[in-house]
Amino acid sequence: MSKTVKIRKGANIKLVGSAEKTTSDTTLPSSFALKPTDFHGMVPKLLLKEGAEVKAGTPIFYSKSNERIKFVSPVSGEIAEVVRGAKRKILEVKIVADSEQKSETAAPVDFSSFDRAKMADALLDAGLWPFIKRRPYDIIADPTEAPKSIFVSGFDSAPLGADLNYILEGREADFQTGMDALSKLTEGKVHLNIQSGSGSFMANAKNAQVNTFTGPHPAGLPGIQIHHIDPVNKGEVVWVVDAQAVAIIGRFLKTGKFDFSKKIALAGSEVEKPQYLNTWIGASLDSILKGRVRDGDNRIIDGNVLSGNKLSEDGYLGFHSNVISVIPEGREPQFMGWLAPNFHKFSLSQSYFSWLMPNKKYRLNTNMNGEDRAFVMSGQYEDVLPMDLYPVHLLKAIMTNDIEKMEALGIYEVAPEDLALCEYACTSKTPVQKLIREGLDTAIQELG
Amino acid sequence: MKALRNVFDKIRPNFEEGGKFENYYKAFEAIETFAFVPGHVTHDGTHVKDAIDLKRTMFLVVIATIPALLFGMWNTGHQHFLALGQFTDLGAGFMDKFLFGATKVLPIVIVSYAVGLGIEFGIAVAKKHSVNEGYLVSGMLIPLIMPVEVPLWMVGVATAFAVVIGKEVFGGTGMNILNPALTARAFLFFAYPTKMSGNMVWVSTEGQATVDGYTGETLLAQSINSSTDYIDQAGVAYGSVSDTLFAAFMGWVPGSIGETSSLAILLGAALLLATGIGSWRIMLSFFLGGLSMSYIFNLWGANPFMNVDPWLQLAMGGFMFGMVFMATDPVSAAQTNTGKWIYGFLAGFLGIMIRVFNPAYPEGIMMGILFMNVMAPLIDHYVVEANIKRRLKRTAVVA
Repeated sequence: MSKTVKIRKGANIKLVGSAEKTTSDTTLPSSFALKPTDFHGMVPKLLLKEGAEVKAGTPIFYSKSNERIKFVSPVSGEIAEVVRGAKRKILEVKIVADSEQKSETAAPVDFSSFDRAKMADALLDAGLWPFIKRRPYDIIADPTEAPKSIFVSGFDSAPLGADLNYILEGREADFQTGMDALSKLTEGKVHLNIQSGSGSFMANAKNAQVNTFTGPHPAGLPGIQIHHIDPVNKGEVVWVVDAQAVAIIGRFLKTGKFDFSKKIALAGSEVEKPQYLNTWIGASLDSILKGRVRDGDNRIIDGNVLSGNKLSEDGYLGFHSNVISVIPEGREPQFMGWLAPNFHKFSLSQSYFSWLMPNKKYRLNTNMNGEDRAFVMSGQYEDVLPMDLYPVHLLKAIMTNDIEKMEALGIYEVAPEDLALCEYACTSKTPVQKLIREGLDTAIQELG
Repeated sequence: MKALRNVFDKIRPNFEEGGKFENYYKAFEAIETFAFVPGHVTHDGTHVKDAIDLKRTMFLVVIATIPALLFGMWNTGHQHFLALGQFTDLGAGFMDKFLFGATKVLPIVIVSYAVGLGIEFGIAVAKKHSVNEGYLVSGMLIPLIMPVEVPLWMVGVATAFAVVIGKEVFGGTGMNILNPALTARAFLFFAYPTKMSGNMVWVSTEGQATVDGYTGETLLAQSINSSTDYIDQAGVAYGSVSDTLFAAFMGWVPGSIGETSSLAILLGAALLLATGIGSWRIMLSFFLGGLSMSYIFNLWGANPFMNVDPWLQLAMGGFMFGMVFMATDPVSAAQTNTGKWIYGFLAGFLGIMIRVFNPAYPEGIMMGILFMNVMAPLIDHYVVEANIKRRLKRTAVVA
């Protein structure tokens, strides 16, 4: 039975520079990188050394916790450098791409008769497993676990979010194949959640329960959708797959080709012409940004402005994101800024005038707009978190490292991104997502 | 602006690590961030942040108190001249009344801010934490809930007590259990009851000869003897209960400096509600709590005070002020939305109950709110427990 869920709490932050529905091609960049840091908590074990030749689909490293979870090269070329950080932690594996692309060979996979284990094997072998995340904890799924259901969010409600219908235009069949494959991975249902009134092709998807959501961000986040459709209780596991990743999985299964090209939105107030681009996972940002972004002190974000990762201009497109957001940095102190009317600033509180101009779009920068403080205001988080739990109490349990309380208050149900709006709204500038991540990490250690 | 920015940039090295005054960095920071919202940018997590910060939040509350403060100044003068038999018309001698009031009230405000901020800065420097903006509000609320005749040194002592024992020992703003401003008032009330109650403290007569029939009694004190016959400071009786209600609502009656005018307080409430800074849940439930207790007393009717008209009951004394500015303090109030309803209702309910039952001192709102401040974490605890149970049940249904 498909469900209709009305999300009442939350907020849409309207920013200047959402991507227009046109697509440009980018040239194959000479430099790529696969970033273990895109997979939280995963410790990589390198299979190849610097200088090794790779093809598209050649495994480069695997997860220490499960050697079958392999991470494959998105292109053919040579491993140029393994960039390490503190304690020799691997940050990036850089690959110089060949001008002529070669792939590992594989055959199309006919999975119609596969059981769960076989389906998982097929994805593990193809290096497609890292697309599957699990709740609780928001980390890569464990192939030996049986999830009670799988969630795919069919829309991105975040500020400057990509239109997944547009991204998947022409790839509907790949998407369906991917959905078919996912349905083999669980005894339960695959939930595909679409936005009401979006006219999404996904409404007719097979082998999935299509649920409809209405309401503001964070309605499009899988964490929120899981909470309303099939909440995670202690001991239960739900998997989450991004919609474009479903199509990438489907494309591989259908053709047997290792093809990591994807379409992303390049958006934000500092983009000359916000639109969609055809590019590749791990592509150097240079190939994406050059000539497309205004000069100036910009923040480049892999993902959306609420929960994406900060990238440097010589960085690389992340594994998961469908959006690159570019907004101005806000390093300029503002005289009596806390007192000024500030018509150019956006606030969810009504202490600025933005609530009187609901349709205005804003060019927000990265200024903190204040300083860190202890919790003072109450009720702000609850207003933007459409979950039946008490976020401030959960955060306090995390701060005091009280595992039992964290469990009781719902640590299993949250991912950092679910509470990103809380962090945005916070008067006291509390680093909510960082705290949630710490809480999840503690829970992984203590509870497994 | 640029010039000021340059001054800060120039003296800043003195306060940074290795500078001459590095120990005073937090004091410098407090002043600098007051003048300029710093150019700090986000690092991880949310890349954009809401425009709201604690400075603006607190300052808006201060603005919300200004109608009550200005009215309090005028009213201090009005009551003074009324007692002396001068300018007995409301409209007469506006400037005289206002200036007289200002000379009485402003010193209290100054002492409150000077002592409070002094201690806040001192502790911030000593403990190397940032100066929190919370005291901007407490510093204004403390004068507004003092009787005008309170000695300045008592204001200083009470402020020091409130800031240190009421707040800093718990870790500063955000960690305190009791409302700091009410802590200051409760301290004075128990330490120096003669200066906080009775008939001598509400009107500043400066020892001059008063008119015949002057008592200095507040409406609350008069309610002990009769629920229908009230007189003003000139000894003139109000024509009816509704005349009394009108005077109490408008605020030209004796009382603590800022508490008398429901109208001025409601203006502040309008700002707090429009900006969403004051909790409407608490204000509404507090009001309903007080109203229901008043009606219950009406039904009971064992003494004159119980028979006071419910609307007059709420317009008198500190009820409105407590509702708008005291009970809504987000730190000491309940934090959950359900908890706010319970907390507000009980605070109003108990406030009126204590007011009527306590013969020694006919005002209980302060006690009602302080008591509920203490109870707020307990209320929240049960609200959160209920949530936990509800979510545990989910498993039971599925399994």
